[in-house]
Amino acid sequence: MPTTYTLISSNVLTSSQASVTFSAIPADYTDLVIRASIRSDRGAANEVLYVSFNGTGGTSHSYTVLQTNSGSPQSYNGANTDGIAVNVNASTTTSDTFTSFEQYIPSYTVSQSKPTSIFSTTENNAATPNWIATVAGLWRNNSAITSVVLTPLLGSNWVTGSSFYLYGISNA
Amino acid sequence: MPATYEKIATITLGSAAASIDFNSIGSGFTDLRLVLIGKPTTNNASFLFRLNSDSSSLYSYTEIYGDGSSAASYRETNINTGKICHAVSSTYPSMGTLDLFSYAGSTFKTSLATDSSDRNGAGGTVRRIVNLYRSTTAISSITLLLDSGDFASGTTATLYGILKA
Repeated sequence: MPTTYTLISSNVLTSSQASVTFSAIPADYTDLVIRASIRSDRGAANEVLYVSFNGTGGTSHSYTVLQTNSGSPQSYNGANTDGIAVNVNASTTTSDTFTSFEQYIPSYTVSQSKPTSIFSTTENNAATPNWIATVAGLWRNNSAITSVVLTPLLGSNWVTGSSFYLYGISNA
Repeated sequence: MPATYEKIATITLGSAAASIDFNSIGSGFTDLRLVLIGKPTTNNASFLFRLNSDSSSLYSYTEIYGDGSSAASYRETNINTGKICHAVSSTYPSMGTLDLFSYAGSTFKTSLATDSSDRNGAGGTVRRIVNLYRSTTAISSITLLLDSGDFASGTTATLYGILKA
């Protein structure tokens, strides 16, 4: 019986890194899951994580965000973007606090636009933003997803200790 | 060693259909997880579910959602379906997941749904929904439904079993 939930690749940062890329993703699975623990070196409380499929530089991504940081929940969207955005932790928050991030990407090889779901949480025992967010993302492209890039849009780097895991889910 | 995460069944529609059925679900798992990706044949249709073909008013849900400009919460009580997703577009596929906990137990059945339905601009939605089915009967079937239109051809639903043994 084939394994349903398989680690494809991982990247645990031992030094700061400007972005993380999962490339050459095989078409052997049904769905993809990314799990990550993330912090940026931006000199602010928050960073915007951009998730881009099959390279950057396009305008075929979009997203709708629902989030709160202890105030009233808020929602916003982005259209014709280069990635799918969500707030994550940055360098002025409590030391050693990282955002827990999960993204589900169903049917990543099927020839249709690709919806995706993100859930992202941060808690840092402080009044600075502790974002909890869920995102509906869309990539308007029929190509199979073969790479994913996770970029800090506002800062420079993901810090040492950030970790990124890509899993494949098979319904075979 | 038993598998922790195991596919039970996958259904991909070859033509539009008003419902998708998972029947004869065994009690060999602890929890169930449903992954649904597809389009409705009309804009703004909700993907719903019914358990054990029970259409009595034993379902309720509470949701928090955003539509790209505002956030709100909403609930329904004493209705005859649960809710997975509000699919805003018949052009772009939406996705929903449903985690159904302790489905074979003898207590009321709680489930958590995740909704992701974007359409590149205004009018997308994202939500989290907690559902309750007030029945103590073990779940042996799940029927996926819509409140308007059909599931479009190509819609795919996969049911997984999660095992703690």
